[in-house]
Amino acid sequence: MLKNKYILEPMDLTVEEMDEIFELAEDIMENPAKYAHVADGKIMATLFYEPSTRTRLSFTAAMLRLGGQVMGFSDPSASSVKKGESISDTIKTVSCYADIIVMRHPKEGAPRVAASATDLPVINAGDGGHQHPTQTLTDLETIRKYKGGVEGLTIGLCGDLMFGRTVHSLIKALSRYKNVRIKLISPKELVIPEYVRKNVMEASGMDYEEFNRLEDVLPDLDVLYMTRVQKERFFNEDDYIRLKDFYILNAEKMKLAKPDMIIMHPLPRVNEIAKEVDDDPRACYFKQMRMGMFVRMALVMKLLGLEA
Amino acid sequence: MVVDSIKNGLVIDHIKAGNAMKLLHYLGVDTEQGTETVAIIMNATSQKAGRKDIVKIEDRTDIDMDVVGLIAPEATVNVIKDNVLVEKIRPELPKSVINVLSCRNPRCVTSTERDIPQIFILNDEVNMEYRCRYCDEIIAMRDVKVL
Repeated sequence: MLKNKYILEPMDLTVEEMDEIFELAEDIMENPAKYAHVADGKIMATLFYEPSTRTRLSFTAAMLRLGGQVMGFSDPSASSVKKGESISDTIKTVSCYADIIVMRHPKEGAPRVAASATDLPVINAGDGGHQHPTQTLTDLETIRKYKGGVEGLTIGLCGDLMFGRTVHSLIKALSRYKNVRIKLISPKELVIPEYVRKNVMEASGMDYEEFNRLEDVLPDLDVLYMTRVQKERFFNEDDYIRLKDFYILNAEKMKLAKPDMIIMHPLPRVNEIAKEVDDDPRACYFKQMRMGMFVRMALVMKLLGLEA
Repeated sequence: MVVDSIKNGLVIDHIKAGNAMKLLHYLGVDTEQGTETVAIIMNATSQKAGRKDIVKIEDRTDIDMDVVGLIAPEATVNVIKDNVLVEKIRPELPKSVINVLSCRNPRCVTSTERDIPQIFILNDEVNMEYRCRYCDEIIAMRDVKVL
């Protein structure tokens, strides 16, 4: 079992617990049949107040592959949320029927409200521009698998660093590893939020630098983590239009990168990675997506105290 | 200018000049339902700070020291009983505050969810910064204005 019942951000898991999750995920990948019935009789509620493809489907697939069942909604307008029900009341209702809750919400901190309304395990599947801890598990497992580990790497994070919840969670998690150098690449309007800079990067003594141009730092990187400029986070559409094409990674730019650099992206992408890059052997984003299901299987098992 | 002393109540002295109204607002004393007699002295001469505000609240012995610590950390709260100063309290910056500050992040869950407490955690004592428990937005107390 894990120390915390609520996985609202990556720091709710210790480094040791994350390592256990990665080891379990790798065993599940190699021996899926061994785990096919560990969650028999268990129900996961997936409450998605905001659109999702990968996260929702990978949680669903994870639970089904463990032998459990899934219920929930992917469109809050088809639930009592539409009638104005509070998060707390929805969670109390769902707690009568499910064993574990997975929640995505456009409002930042919503999963904390959910966690305070139930004794069931709660997993934050993304809250606004805030945190996305299970994407971080996916990202770290991808780095472990394709770079052999995290320590000593130079990792570039590019795009929307202000509202990019996957970036915030990943930086938090990376702050606990030794000799990681972070290169932050963003337009000045989308720099990292103050709480991440001050409470995470500066508090941990992280080695970080900020850049405006991707080309200036691309040759130094072991990992390039691209992100989308997210239309849904802007209150002013003009700002979105002005910033959406700020970074586009294409085959020409990839000539500057190391031959063994990996490109990651939490997806979905719009046009920040040109399609021609998909054929580059350094493109890892589709492999990364597959990792997501296995780490979520492992996390669910740990939270529910299930064993093969 | 002469303002009478009070027989029983509180004298909040050494408030940074210009902050008396803000303090009263956050203490909830400035409402129409208030029953206490309140004297506000603004821009009084101060040997230490040059200028200061003073607030006197009659017939009141308790006060939310977390609010005083948050809004007027430099102040001194003097408790008066039967014309005698019985206690002098120096406020401390509270480790957390509940339902005093509001989160200004429009994406924060507190902007839409009903009936949840507004919780802020002390983030940086030197710069007097607090962090929203839900969305991590940082608020510097120097930027807090009375609405």
